[in-house]
Amino acid sequence: RTSITSRYETVYRSTTAQEEAALDVATAREADAALHLLQDASLGALTVYVVPETSSHLPQGINVYVGKHRSALVRAGGGLATLRTRLQQLTQVMSFTASSIAAALSDRLPDGQLGPDARRHLKSSLGYEITFSLLNPDPKSHAVDWDIEDAVNRYVQPVLDKLSLVANFSVDSQILYYAVLGVTPRFDKESSSFLLSAHSLPHVINPVEARLGSSAASLYPVLNFLLYVPERSHSPLYIQDKDGAPVSTNAFHSPRWGGIMVYNVETPASPQASLPLHVDVDMVRVMEVFLAQLRLLFGLSREELPPEFLLESPGNEGLANWELDRLLWAHTVENIATVSTTLTSLAQLLDKIGNIVIKDDVASEVYRAVTSAQSAMAKLAVGHLHSAFQASKEAVTSSERAFFDPSLLHLLYFPDDQKFAIYIPLFLPMAVPILLSLAKIVREARQRKKEPTKMD
Amino acid sequence: WRTRAGGQPPLQAPAGAELWVWFQPTVTDVDKAWKELSNILSGIFCASLNFIDSTNTVTPTASFKPLGLANGTDHHLLRYAVLPREVVCTENLTPWKKLLPCGSKAGLAVLLKAERLFHSSYHSQAVHIRPICRDASCLAVSWELRQTLTVVFDTFSSGQGKKDWSLFKMFSRTLTDACPLASQSKVYVDISPKNKEKELLEVTPPPASVYEAIVQGDKRTYAVYDLLSPSLFNTSRSLNVQLKWKRPQDSSELPTPILHAQRYVSGYGLQTGEISTLIYNTHPYRAFPVILLETVPWYLRLYVHTLTIITKGKENKPSYIHYQPAQDRRQPHLLEMLIQLPASSVTKITIQFERALLKWTEYTPDPNHGFYVSSSVLSALVPSVIAMKDVDVEQSPLFTSLFPSSDGSSYFVRLYTEPLLVNLPTPDFSMPYNVICLTCTVVAVCYGSFYNLLTRTFHVEEPSRGGLAKRLANIIRKFRGVPPL
Repeated sequence: RTSITSRYETVYRSTTAQEEAALDVATAREADAALHLLQDASLGALTVYVVPETSSHLPQGINVYVGKHRSALVRAGGGLATLRTRLQQLTQVMSFTASSIAAALSDRLPDGQLGPDARRHLKSSLGYEITFSLLNPDPKSHAVDWDIEDAVNRYVQPVLDKLSLVANFSVDSQILYYAVLGVTPRFDKESSSFLLSAHSLPHVINPVEARLGSSAASLYPVLNFLLYVPERSHSPLYIQDKDGAPVSTNAFHSPRWGGIMVYNVETPASPQASLPLHVDVDMVRVMEVFLAQLRLLFGLSREELPPEFLLESPGNEGLANWELDRLLWAHTVENIATVSTTLTSLAQLLDKIGNIVIKDDVASEVYRAVTSAQSAMAKLAVGHLHSAFQASKEAVTSSERAFFDPSLLHLLYFPDDQKFAIYIPLFLPMAVPILLSLAKIVREARQRKKEPTKMD
Repeated sequence: WRTRAGGQPPLQAPAGAELWVWFQPTVTDVDKAWKELSNILSGIFCASLNFIDSTNTVTPTASFKPLGLANGTDHHLLRYAVLPREVVCTENLTPWKKLLPCGSKAGLAVLLKAERLFHSSYHSQAVHIRPICRDASCLAVSWELRQTLTVVFDTFSSGQGKKDWSLFKMFSRTLTDACPLASQSKVYVDISPKNKEKELLEVTPPPASVYEAIVQGDKRTYAVYDLLSPSLFNTSRSLNVQLKWKRPQDSSELPTPILHAQRYVSGYGLQTGEISTLIYNTHPYRAFPVILLETVPWYLRLYVHTLTIITKGKENKPSYIHYQPAQDRRQPHLLEMLIQLPASSVTKITIQFERALLKWTEYTPDPNHGFYVSSSVLSALVPSVIAMKDVDVEQSPLFTSLFPSSDGSSYFVRLYTEPLLVNLPTPDFSMPYNVICLTCTVVAVCYGSFYNLLTRTFHVEEPSRGGLAKRLANIIRKFRGVPPL
């Protein structure tokens, strides 16, 4: 049986003179920026600076400041015990936890062990394809324009550049007309708007998915982000959450699939306005929502923070370095688990079919997968996250290549019962008289032995 | 396509599925890109294009030039493949319709319902992608996607013997509005008068305008219905174009096109055969060259020394021949020739072949149906009898893209011949079963009885006092009066 154990290695030292100088600035943010230049923290490592209780960096009431690179400032005070609890909480936030590792392995654990939220994050893959689609079900009333290329270059590309260590990303966009949602929204008299209730949201995606047409032409899993402009007769359209209140961003996402946002167009004041209305989509508002959904899909969401924590916002890049590290930990563990599952099932296949011929290149891929997985596990144990991740990616590629090789097809080899079926009609009629006469000979020999005296 | 019955088609297609691609010069491994592209297209269009591999792909040198703006000179970037066995059906129409911006919800595409479209004599779908100038100054290049659907409805046999047709009768639907995304949405009805005297047909509702063009060497008149013009739907909510013949047609002869071709297989037996191609040039006084591209699968071994081209009884030497011999199980034969066709002549091209014996796993599940040889392609610049004038791209984009003419005197035509069906020597696939049965029977019967005879031991047996059979026999003997056993 496989099991995963994790440990944290903590090293204590005092600050160098340069770090003292860097910490001498006014705000925590500048301190963090200055410290980042001095550090040589590799992937997976964190540096925590304990500042005196009276330090002015941290605002009142805040005891821990988490920077957007790999460092944090903790206020010392109240003795070593409180410091230790604060450090433990900090590790829970910034680095991997037992639950995040278990979530990475969620596909391999049986159902009952984890909660219903366990299988939400995207599976680790070598690349992802992101598709932005604009759905316009009523082109007669609305002529919608969106400057998607500029928005992608300005808002999405920095985030993808930061995530480029994790996987290859490719982005494309399309505009679909006459694409309706699968659910008819209800009209609500009080707010005089149309509402989509929370329990009808799962049915929305299915009819649209057939028109998105993205899975036919891509090797990698696809993330779809849809922007829906409701028809004139169904405007304005709001999404309700479970309590019945309209969702502020008017968007929802589906784990491992993507997200949908509803963009309402204001009806013009004069009812005689000429159709179709020209609509210019506000890409800032839309991209904010889509990027937040992208973070949720990858599992970079922030759980409940203790109240005395302050997180620095990562700005244009979309995610902090330590969040990237958390993702890499989870993906590395998942990759290694995938490799072990694949190779185990390959070994089981070989046990079942005795006469499969393994070609040389399949064998070399298997060897390569095993060595890469072993080196990945060794590096993970030491904490070299970057090289462990690369090794795990290599291991996954080699194991998939070995497992899906066309020469391993089960039906290519004669099952044993077919051989029986061919040879039995030939040998059985021949064998029956031989066996009968053998039996007769044995009987006669035994009789002769019993009565040797009956000879004249 | 039946040329005698249908005349010259606007855009002809071979039987089965055809794919040809010019790759960009930046592609390093063209074969790998070709395989990936055919697999992706097979997934998108639900057509079995994934069966395209090196055994049916060729690299023509002269027949296919890149469409649109690209100037391709390196023919190693071109790949061409035909799958003659593929049949077009509803599941190809659905992704074809999905490519249209309005789908089948608005505009002209509402007419395209599968149940009526496949109830026809000829059905062909095509998708072409080419780079074109974005505007007249040609500063930017954009990609043009052109989708063509060609259907031949046989109203004579299905419409109670009358040749009148209407949109409702053909498609069981009428047009109600134009696609809001379209910049042009028009219906053209060919009302060219056959003989110039009387009016033979009548189109209702009366068209708003009439367009005259010279198409493929013929002067033709089209009635135009513009779906985007607001006056069209004034009188009625839907548009149902109807055509009625005023007096019954005595002879429904369509003019024979200037260039047409036929192909057939002759010979007897299952070892040798001969492929003959007949090319007709019915132009009264002009001769023109034609490029013939033939792709023959590797299991028909062509003998190129038997290639003969005969025109009007004399031998005709082609000015350009490109022949790529086949490699067993790897590459098909490729034969490309530039042949000059004299005016008013029939050219016969014959080549002999020998049929190969395939390995028993290479036969299809129905080998006695035969094996297909894909259509050959004829490309020519046919001189037109009537001089054509240059038409502006903006005014009539349909006609300039369908019937392009660089100079006014000739138009480009690409024809396809019929596909051929040849029988290869087929083994009897039930023989393994027969062998097993026979051997087992022989062994069981002969060997068993021989062995028995050889190894039987005899010993004396006491005469038994009589079983039931002997007692019955004695009773019958007593009745007969014969002494008992």
